[in-house]
Amino acid sequence: MDKRIASADEAVRSIRDGATILMGGFGLCGIPENLIAALQRAGTKNLTVISNNAGSSDFGIGLLLETRQVRKMVASYVGENKVFEQLVLQGEVELELNPQGTLAERIRAGGAGIPAFYTPTGYGTMIAEGKETREFGGRMYVLERALRADVAFIKAWKGDRWGNLIYRKTARNYNPVMATAADYVIAEVERLVELGDIPPGDVHTPGVYVDAILQGQCYEKRIEKRTVRRRT
Amino acid sequence: MQARDVDKRELIARRVAQELRDGFCVNLGIGTPTLVANYVPADMEVIFQSENGMLGVGPFPLEGEEDADLVNAGKETVSEIPGSSYFSSSDSFAMIRGGHVNLTVLGALQVDEKGNLANWAIPGKMLKGMGGAMDLVAGARRVIVAMEHATRDGQPKILRQCSLPLTGVSVVDLIVTELAVIEVSPQGLILREIAERASPESVQQLTEARLRVAADLKRIELSPA
Repeated sequence: MDKRIASADEAVRSIRDGATILMGGFGLCGIPENLIAALQRAGTKNLTVISNNAGSSDFGIGLLLETRQVRKMVASYVGENKVFEQLVLQGEVELELNPQGTLAERIRAGGAGIPAFYTPTGYGTMIAEGKETREFGGRMYVLERALRADVAFIKAWKGDRWGNLIYRKTARNYNPVMATAADYVIAEVERLVELGDIPPGDVHTPGVYVDAILQGQCYEKRIEKRTVRRRT
Repeated sequence: MQARDVDKRELIARRVAQELRDGFCVNLGIGTPTLVANYVPADMEVIFQSENGMLGVGPFPLEGEEDADLVNAGKETVSEIPGSSYFSSSDSFAMIRGGHVNLTVLGALQVDEKGNLANWAIPGKMLKGMGGAMDLVAGARRVIVAMEHATRDGQPKILRQCSLPLTGVSVVDLIVTELAVIEVSPQGLILREIAERASPESVQQLTEARLRVAADLKRIELSPA
């Protein structure tokens, strides 16, 4: 079983216009740079992108917004991308906001066979509008539905030909849960290693979830806010 | 930001730090709440949680040691400390929603007398999103609002009823401003502590909700600068 593919361009070839795509990352941390660039080159459009943020105006998901390939974004916070803000105000892109925890749990549920779940998050706020609510143990909860997608773009640190993945530090974020919730899961890794190199106890995402894996190239790994302290 | 604003934020952070306890798992929101991390007492260990998937968030790294894979919820570069751990976003919010975070400190646009909080949407401006705020206020065991008492043009932020889109209903436990410490109780807001230069009357003047003055009203005591 060899899930390795040669390039990100090959990986995105089968993605059709109108597809829904889960994209890992938190801000610009842990984003699938190669797959996003390949998708931009491919020009696939009318996409629904599900990701915590909308990238910055000229990087990450922002690249796909620049080329008008995205019809709708499902996200929890989009404040860092001014271009995106304009597109929404002009009615060119639709935005569905989800609380971050609800977004993560909707995706987790989507990959775990749970069609819907109750959460206390957002009860009594705009988020609960139009949704069923129910009382449990004297507290009110909102019914949220699972979220799945056609495709998932995953960024990991190490992976092997079975699709086993390890993530690095806070670049992990949404990647593990998104890897479970799409019909076609593509992982780009910084280090593609031999089967057996990853100790079983170290595997974060078991390979069964991953459909294709590729060696990433030329990672820019931009830092949004470079904050440092002085040597004393 | 004016020097006065910076002073206010530091005063607020120093008072909030009094609420920390040894071994607490604490989530700090962006803005003024992040300053609370600078005032953890020397003999206390507090574990800071970052919603993007880290426990044991350390200080900003030394120049040259920034790691693009190591950021906090505000997308700022941070560092590890002995005992740090990493986990996914779904695990992070299971931790938060499941009541495993002792304390969350966040800013606010408005708080009202029922402890409702509005801190994510500004009228007339585009909705940028709530991020983790709604989950944090729904799940953390204790919610402290750290904010300036009034807006720049002297309008109250502590109201009878929030007019802005809510982050959570009846979620706030304590409000700490540069002027006062106010407890949210089922019977309404109780003024517990006031700053050096303030009086119950001056604080009430800047507050729309009615404040009940605690019988044992105290002066705010601050953690050392």
